[in-house]
Amino acid sequence: MSDVASQLTTADGRPLKAALASAQARAKRRAFFLVLPLLLFILISFAVPIGQMLQRSVYNDQFSKSVPALSQWFAENPKGTAPDEAAFAALASDLVLMKETRAAGDAGTRINYVVSGTRSMFTKAARGADKLEPPFMEAMLELDEDWDNPLVWNAMRSAASPWTFDFYTIAFDLERDADGKLTKVDETQRIYFRLFIKTFLIAGVITAICLVLAFPIAHLLATLPMAKANLLMILVLLPFWTSLLVRTTSWIVLLQGQGVVNDILVALGIIGDDGRLQMIYNQTGTIIAMVHILLPFMVLPLYSVMRVIPVSYTRAARSLGATSWTTFRRIYLPQTIPGIGAGVLLVFILAVGYYITPALVGGADGQLFSNMVQFHMTKANWSMAAALATMLLVGVLVLYWLYDRLIGIDKLKLG
Amino acid sequence: MALPTYASPLERAWHYAYLAICVLVFVFLIAPILVIVPLSFNAEPYFTYTEKMLSLDSEGYSLRWYDSLLTSGMQAAEAMRDGAWWSDLWHNADWVKAAKNSVIIGFWATILSTVLGTLAALGLARPEMPWRRTIMAILISPMIVPIIIVATGMFFFYSNPCAIVGMECGRLTSTYTGVILAHAALGIPFVIITVTATMSGFDQSLIRASASLGANPRRTFFKVVMPLILPGVISGGLFAFVTSFDEVVAVLFIAGPDQQTIPRQMWSGIREQISPAILAVATILVIISIALLTTVEILRRRSERLRGVAAH
Repeated sequence: MSDVASQLTTADGRPLKAALASAQARAKRRAFFLVLPLLLFILISFAVPIGQMLQRSVYNDQFSKSVPALSQWFAENPKGTAPDEAAFAALASDLVLMKETRAAGDAGTRINYVVSGTRSMFTKAARGADKLEPPFMEAMLELDEDWDNPLVWNAMRSAASPWTFDFYTIAFDLERDADGKLTKVDETQRIYFRLFIKTFLIAGVITAICLVLAFPIAHLLATLPMAKANLLMILVLLPFWTSLLVRTTSWIVLLQGQGVVNDILVALGIIGDDGRLQMIYNQTGTIIAMVHILLPFMVLPLYSVMRVIPVSYTRAARSLGATSWTTFRRIYLPQTIPGIGAGVLLVFILAVGYYITPALVGGADGQLFSNMVQFHMTKANWSMAAALATMLLVGVLVLYWLYDRLIGIDKLKLG
Repeated sequence: MALPTYASPLERAWHYAYLAICVLVFVFLIAPILVIVPLSFNAEPYFTYTEKMLSLDSEGYSLRWYDSLLTSGMQAAEAMRDGAWWSDLWHNADWVKAAKNSVIIGFWATILSTVLGTLAALGLARPEMPWRRTIMAILISPMIVPIIIVATGMFFFYSNPCAIVGMECGRLTSTYTGVILAHAALGIPFVIITVTATMSGFDQSLIRASASLGANPRRTFFKVVMPLILPGVISGGLFAFVTSFDEVVAVLFIAGPDQQTIPRQMWSGIREQISPAILAVATILVIISIALLTTVEILRRRSERLRGVAAH
């Protein structure tokens, strides 16, 4: 067979196999060239900026750029060497440099991220740096007795190189003790990783509520005649098309202390005027508003799967003697699994990275991980913001990969 | 969804309970959007229905918040409403400026993402497209990656875009170009999803038929492909426009004081002094979204008719 194929030629005498291969390669190239402009656009204006920002999570030269002498001392002496007079002399000369370039605050901030309360040590020492006289060790200790704290020296050794994992250590609620071993920070200071877990939990709660609310209406829409279903579909699509800020504003109006829901409850006598429920500017507010905003993303994939489930299967089950509950559980529900999977993953992915709604209605305890990233951005703590952003991004990309694996990204549909 | 005749009383009860649950969910979906519309006509500076409003007394309603929406930021808001007043309004009123910015940014972002997105969708729909899945995953990712990460990344990148090649060439932050590029990137997934969905029902043999009848690729595209996918392209474009029109985080990070959009104004309005004027804006936006939804639905039906999918 293959012999025959290799003997076949096109009209101009080329082997058919080669001609076909080159034609296919040409078609492939042509298809790829159509996609290329957009791919380049996304890579340059979207992927590169994100990559560049993530680099900041492991690169920070705030401290390293102003301590040439100290860096040298660290290079000459192995880890664990107690700081000697030469080390303090190096530090003192760098402090003089910091005073000239006004970099002490910046450098101190970098150490302060790792050992809190140390920023002022640097600014204070730099202020009087040119008056320091040997022996430097005693002179420095006189300024602040914390200058021989091994934690500070470990932090300085780590920060003397611009490449660092310090910010990830902090992001995972860990710290290094005097021997350089990783330990968990105090219960009260475990902020970041705890919030990371909490964000996933809240996203899970939101996804679960969305599924419970979306399932019945998707089923109703799928079983109604097309004309009626299309009419009801508008009720799902209108929120989908309405501005996020409008929907968030509505929930503020509805749920606040003097808001519509509380007024109705008071008017009905369910709660007293002094017992108005606090439903906004807290976790409850975040969950309610986000469920409302993400619900269409659950209804649409469920609906598109339920739409094509043949009614005859459930009828057959009933006629064979199954109760309605058994029919639902054994026949209908398994067929909706692809829709449930698509909706759950999509809503969960979107919920994990949510920013606007928690920022506006979350109050103190309804903030999510994105808000923490933004908090460090406003504090100009770029590296910390980048480390937290990387954690969030990795979490989301794992889910995205899962979505592509299980459902296929080309199955994503809107409306 | 009629109840079968053999249903037991329990099943009947459950059926009605199920319908009631559905009604409640629909109320949950739609009530928050509708409830703010009457409140935007409140004569009092409250966010709740006053007694006068509930008794439908015309004194309880007023257009004062719409008026304050127009006049805030004007130089001479109290002057006679003549030509000069309207020109003052057009040039100085905060919300008018924001609306103009939103439209300018939305328009160019939509053009950019629709043109690039449609071209890419045409390529992605071809059966011989290499690495389709990977490329698709990259192109959809702006919808998936948390907006705060995108915005912070773009903030650093646009403050010195040439840094990647080690040069200085000015900044794109606080410029229209920067915001437009950011919004175009965010709108692309929606164009890709909508147009590839349209292309999935597209009969590729039509292209060959057209070619065999002597049309060159350009003629084939404009006379055969374009008319068939146009509804999909327009709804993709509308999606991209809405994405830009509703986007606030990228604007917060990238835009300067001259590029404040409607969502940006609403954002600070909600954070600082929330007044019923915000509800007036919200009402206008709801009306716009109803108009957009209607357009998209009409286009979708037209597209389905053109492609011969499920006539109804």
